[in-house]
Amino acid sequence: MSTTTLRKGGMDTSTVIVATMLGIFAILAVFIAGNATDRLMGIHATVFFAAVAAWLLGIGLWAGKLGDRDPFDQTKYEDTLVKFGIFTSMFWGIAGFLVGIVIALQLTWPNIFYFEQWGFTNFGRLRPLHTSAVIFAFGGNVLLATSFHVVQRTTRARLFGGMLPWFVFWGYQLFIVIAATGYLMGITQSKEYAEPEWYADLWLTVVWVAYLLVFLGTLWKRKEPHIYVANWFYLSFIVTIAMLHIVNNLSLPVSLGSSKSYQLFAGVQDALTQWWYGHNAVGFFLTTGFLAIMYYFIPKRVERPVYSYRLSIVHFWSLIFIYIWAGPHHLHYTALPQWAQTLGMTFSIMLWMPSWGGMINGVMTLSGAWDKLRTDPVVRMMIVSLAFYGMSTFEGPLMSVRAVNSLSHYTEWGIGHVHSGALGWVGFISFGALYCLTQWLWKRKSLYSVALVEWHFWLATIGIVFYMVSMWFAGITEGLMWRAYNEFGFLEYSFVETVEAKHISYIIRMAGGLLYFSGAAIMVYNLVRTAIGHERINQPASAPSVSSPPAAASLQPAE
Amino acid sequence: MYEKLSHFAQTGGLIYFFAIFAVVLAYALWPRNQKRFDEAAQLPLQDREPGDE
Amino acid sequence: MGLMNNHGVLERHSLLLTIGILITVSIGGIIQMAPLFYMENTIEKVEGMRPYTPLELAGRNIYIREGCYVCHSQMVRPLRDEVERYGHYSLAAESMYDHPFQWGSKRTGPDLARVGGKYSDEWHLDHLIDPRALVPESIMPPYAFLAEKSLDYENIAQDLKALRMVGVDYTDEMIENAVIDLEAQVDPDIYFDEQDALVARYTEAAGREGTVQIRDFDRDPDRITEMDALIAYLQMTGTLVDFSTYEAEDLMNRR
Repeated sequence: MSTTTLRKGGMDTSTVIVATMLGIFAILAVFIAGNATDRLMGIHATVFFAAVAAWLLGIGLWAGKLGDRDPFDQTKYEDTLVKFGIFTSMFWGIAGFLVGIVIALQLTWPNIFYFEQWGFTNFGRLRPLHTSAVIFAFGGNVLLATSFHVVQRTTRARLFGGMLPWFVFWGYQLFIVIAATGYLMGITQSKEYAEPEWYADLWLTVVWVAYLLVFLGTLWKRKEPHIYVANWFYLSFIVTIAMLHIVNNLSLPVSLGSSKSYQLFAGVQDALTQWWYGHNAVGFFLTTGFLAIMYYFIPKRVERPVYSYRLSIVHFWSLIFIYIWAGPHHLHYTALPQWAQTLGMTFSIMLWMPSWGGMINGVMTLSGAWDKLRTDPVVRMMIVSLAFYGMSTFEGPLMSVRAVNSLSHYTEWGIGHVHSGALGWVGFISFGALYCLTQWLWKRKSLYSVALVEWHFWLATIGIVFYMVSMWFAGITEGLMWRAYNEFGFLEYSFVETVEAKHISYIIRMAGGLLYFSGAAIMVYNLVRTAIGHERINQPASAPSVSSPPAAASLQPAE
Repeated sequence: MYEKLSHFAQTGGLIYFFAIFAVVLAYALWPRNQKRFDEAAQLPLQDREPGDE
Repeated sequence: MGLMNNHGVLERHSLLLTIGILITVSIGGIIQMAPLFYMENTIEKVEGMRPYTPLELAGRNIYIREGCYVCHSQMVRPLRDEVERYGHYSLAAESMYDHPFQWGSKRTGPDLARVGGKYSDEWHLDHLIDPRALVPESIMPPYAFLAEKSLDYENIAQDLKALRMVGVDYTDEMIENAVIDLEAQVDPDIYFDEQDALVARYTEAAGREGTVQIRDFDRDPDRITEMDALIAYLQMTGTLVDFSTYEAEDLMNRR
C-alpha cells in the first residue's frame, strides 16, 4: 500500500467541520437547558449536551493518538464503521424484540405485567418504544451499515467525507436515545412511527442531510462507470424518507424551551399527511432500503448476477411511483373524502405487481444454484425473506380493498400483517446481511457455527408462523364479533367479550415472539464468536460454499 | 377548484403513471442499453479495492 | 484515464437520478393531498364545533402523552354495527381543531370518539385507577398515578397561542384568561363569575349552548390533578356537534 499518503498534521478538514458542528449543537443544548419551561425538556437538553460533550472528547482523544496515520486512507474501504454498524444493529434488534415481548405479555396477563406506580412501563408508552426500536433503531442501523458497505464496494471508492459518515452513525444513535428516553418520559407527538418531538426531528434532519451527502459524495467519486441498482434503491430510501420526515413533522413548538409542539395540519389533512408518511415509511424505509440489500447480498452470496437487470429497473421505477399513492388505504371509511380512498386502494392493488416482480427477480437469481438453499442456511434465510415479502405484499393489496378493510381494519389482522412483513421480510433479509457482513468484513472463512444458523432459521420461522396464524385468527374473530347480530337484531357481543376471545391467541403470539427472539439471541452469539475469530471444528461436511467466500478470497489486494 | 383538483388527481394520476411506465419500459428494453446493464449487473461480484487500477 | 474525463457526466448522472426520484415521489403526494387543503369542500358545515377549553386541551395532551391513541381509535366508521355501538359516524368537522388528529389505527380497546357523557365521572375515575376492578376481562393499563399528580398548567396560555398560530380560532380573551378558565372549569364552588365568563367565551365560539361542562371531575376538590383534565377531555369527546341540525344528505355534506 502507498506510504506516500499526504498528512498535513493535526485534524483533517472533515473532522474540524464535524467538531465545529457538534460545538454549535452543544451551545444550543445549553441554551435550551437554560430556558427550559418544562422539566422533561431540561432533562433532554442535558442528556443531549452530555452526549455531544463526550463525543467531542472522544474525537479529541482519537485525533491525539493518530500520529502519522491517515485515518481516511482513500485507497482503503471504510470497513470499521460498517463493523460498528453490525454491532449496533444487533444491540438495537435485541432491545426492540425484548420490548415487543414485554408488551405482548402485558396484553396477555395484564395483572402481572403492569405496575401501578410505574406509569412509564404502560403499554401506551412501550408500544412506540417497540415500534421505533425495531424499525428505526434495528432496521435503520442495518440500512446504515449495509448501505455504507454496498455503496463502497459497487463504486470502488471509500466513503465520502472522512469524519462525516461517523457523524451520521453516532448522530443517528443519539437520535435513537433521545427518541426512546422521550417515549418513556411521555414525550410524543402521537403520530405513529413519527412520535419524536420537534427537536429530535430537527436533529434527525441534520443527520439525514449528512447521510445523503455521504451517499451522493461516494457516488460522485466512484471509479465504476455505472451506478449499481442497489444504490438506486438506497438513494430513493434516503431522499424519500427525508421528504416524508420533513413534511409529516411540520409543527410549531410551544416555545424553544418546551418539549411540546402542535402539528401544522389538523384533522383530516393531518390524517392524510400522517398516513402518506406512515405507508411510505413502510414503502421506502422497510421496502426499498431492504430491497437494496436483496439486490446486493443475494447475488454476492450465491456468486451470480441478479436474474434480470432490466427487470430491476422496471421494478425500481414502478415501485417508487406506485407506493407514494397508496397511503389513503389506511383511512377507508373515515372522514377522508371517498375519492381519495378509492385512489389509494387502486394504487395499492397495482402495487402488487412491482412487488412480485422484485421478489421474482431476487428468487430467480438462484437459478442454477438451487442447491445453495439446502447447503447454505444464510441463503435460505434471504430467500425465505422474499417468500414472506411476497406473502405480505399480496396480503397488503387484499387488505386495502374497502370491503376487506371494513373487517380487517382496527383488528389484530393488521398487527399480523405488519409482522409477517417485519419479522419475515425485513428481519430475515437483515439477518442474512448481518451473517454475510460479519463473515466478510472480519475475513473469516466460515461463520463460527453453521448449525447455529440452522437453529436461528428454524426457531425464527416457527415463531413467525405462530405469530401470523394467531393474529389472523384473533383479528378475523374480533372483526366478525364486532359486527355480529343476535336473533333480535341487536349487537351480539359487548366489546370486552371480543377482548376476552383473543386471550389464547395472545398467548400463542407471545410464544411466537419468544421463539423469534431466541433465534436472534443465537445469531448474536454466533456473530460475536465469528468476529472474535472462533470456529467450531465439527462443522457439517456439507458446509455451505462459505469455505470459499467470494470476498475473503480476494481481499488481500496489496499482495 | 376542489372539484378540478380532485378530478385531476383521479384521471391525471393514472395517465401520468402510464406515461412514466412506458418511458421506463422503453429505457429498460432498449437494445443498445443491454451491454451497460450486463456490466452493471456484474458490479457486486467483483472484489477490488479502491486503490486498484 | 478515459473514465476520469467522463467524471463530470457521471456526477450529473447521480444528481439526475436523485432529481428523478424526488419528482417521482413528490408529484403523487402533491396531486393527492392538494385538493384536501380546500377546506370548505373537505369539512362539513356543522353547528357546535369550538376550540378546546384549556382544561380539555390539557387533558387531551395527557391522552397523547400516555399513548392512548395506540389502543383507542377516535373515528366511528359509517358501518351499521359501529354506528350502533359507538354512535353517529365521525365527521371531518369534528377533528378540525385537532393538532394532531387522534383517529388511531387499532382498537385494542373500544373507540372513544363519542365516549363523552356515556359513563359517569366516577366510572371513569375508578376505571382509570384500576380498569380490572370494573371490567375484570380488561387488558388496559392502570392510570392511578394521574389522580395523584397535580396538573402543570401555568404555561397553558402558551399552548393556546401556539395553537392559534397553526389555525385554531382562539380569541385574545381566551388566551389571556387561559389559566383562570382552566381553574374555573374544575372548581364549581369558588369561581362563579369566571365560570360565566368561561361559558360565555366558548359558547360563543361553538354557536350553541351546553358544550362546556363544569365540575370537579376527580372527586378531589382540593387540587387540580391530571385526572381532572383527562376526564374532562374524555367527557367532551364527540359531544360538540349538534346532530339534530346536521343534514347528511345535503349535497354540501357529501363527498
